Amino acid sequence: MTAAVRIEGLAKTFILHNQGGVRLPVLAGFDLAVEPGECVALHGPSGIGKSTVLRCLYGNYRADGGRILVSHRGGVVDMAAAHPREILAVRNETLGYVSQFLRVIPRVAAEDVVAETLRNRGADRERAAEAARAMLRRLNIPAALHRLAPATFSGGEQQRVNLARVFVADYPVLLLDEPTASLDRENREAAIGLIREAAGRGVAIVGIFHDSEVRAAVATRTVPLTAAREAA
Amino acid sequence: MAVLRCNALQLRYTGMMPKAPPLLSARGVTKFYGGIPGCRDVSFDIWPGEVLGIVGESGSGKTTVLNCISARLEPTSGTVEYATRHDGPADIYRISEPVRRLLMRTDWGFVHQNPRDGLRMEVSAGANIGERLMAVGARHYGNIRQAATDWLDKVEMDTGRMDDLPFTFSGGMQQRLQIARNLVTAPRIVFMDEPTGGLDVSVQARLLDLLRGLVSDLGLAAVIVTHDLAVARLLSHRLLVMRRGEIVEAGLTDQVLDDPQHPYSQLLVSSVLHP
Repeated sequence: MTAAVRIEGLAKTFILHNQGGVRLPVLAGFDLAVEPGECVALHGPSGIGKSTVLRCLYGNYRADGGRILVSHRGGVVDMAAAHPREILAVRNETLGYVSQFLRVIPRVAAEDVVAETLRNRGADRERAAEAARAMLRRLNIPAALHRLAPATFSGGEQQRVNLARVFVADYPVLLLDEPTASLDRENREAAIGLIREAAGRGVAIVGIFHDSEVRAAVATRTVPLTAAREAA
Repeated sequence: MAVLRCNALQLRYTGMMPKAPPLLSARGVTKFYGGIPGCRDVSFDIWPGEVLGIVGESGSGKTTVLNCISARLEPTSGTVEYATRHDGPADIYRISEPVRRLLMRTDWGFVHQNPRDGLRMEVSAGANIGERLMAVGARHYGNIRQAATDWLDKVEMDTGRMDDLPFTFSGGMQQRLQIARNLVTAPRIVFMDEPTGGLDVSVQARLLDLLRGLVSDLGLAAVIVTHDLAVARLLSHRLLVMRRGEIVEAGLTDQVLDDPQHPYSQLLVSSVLHP
């Protein structure tokens, strides 16, 4: 069996050119391998680089060193070296990413936001819309809200739309950045259910879960992060 | 956990997808206005179905580049190659004038920031759309009118307004009409200069959604010049950041906006609210 995700020697330093060229080393020599069906929780204090790992994996942060190998379509893509167009293909088919905040075009209905994931993967309009509504219902977004734009929703509702638009598709790898942060107990349970089901299907998951109950419920393994300054 | 070695043979690095030929390639495009550089040594490729955003402050050369790659402004040096449907890649400034004109009327669309620059204000909305079809040989009145109706509908305009003159429309509607006029000939690439620039934000949001839907449904390639990073984020796959006529950073849109590398990109991103 091959790892769904394998990070080797990942290094990331932020250089703030407009603030005196300050260098902030965040990751140095970071390694991680995640098998299908594993849910790995990145753990450590705020600012240690947990989100940076996820963003380097997703490709919206540029790695300064190391390799980020993701199994994609029977091959392996190094997200740290791939062409932008290939990164987009990996994101479309392989990598689902639940960010901390929903970012969408204003005035687009929640249902369409969720359906877009499937439409981008080739599903027809009707099937995508149906699946989107089902996933929104599963996350306790009432049908009356489905045709409304999420900008007017509460923080918790927006986060559930964010979850729905990733979990509506069957990505082989999921990156979850505090997926339950603004959810109440009932919705946290719904999110936990989705995450556990995904792991049960063989999805490889890397996540950040501050809530220790959630972490205990979903994580098959916890990986502590240590400060790059000491490790380097 | 099993100890796994990565097999180098398994690796598929960058090459795979970009092997398909680009639709448009700019190489070393440089434009001087007299002694003043408009853009310098600009090179990039655009593939079918891809939306490329060009961002930068006023005067950074964005529009100069857009005009150079859309056969509207011949560069002082450098080449712009376009993959024609039948004859493969061709330098758009070395093909004959009739061929270039045909491409501009069929394969390429150009959406101006000010819809009045892209519309004919003295003829009806329907005629604005039909005219571009007639320019490529359509003659059957019923078919042309039907195409115009379909396109008004696609850009979410009231088809009952077909016979009205553009000046009776709001700015947002004029912009949608300009988009319909450009897309009716099923172009392969559309060049847009600040397409949402003159519109108020509520109209902007709907137009953004419309553009995004059309581009992805039609598999269009597009180059969008904008100074609005939020627009760039929502519409484009890749981004070029320009400053003083040169590309200072290029990459995946969210990578450039979330993790800008160049000092100028960092300044640009940190200067706006929620890009």
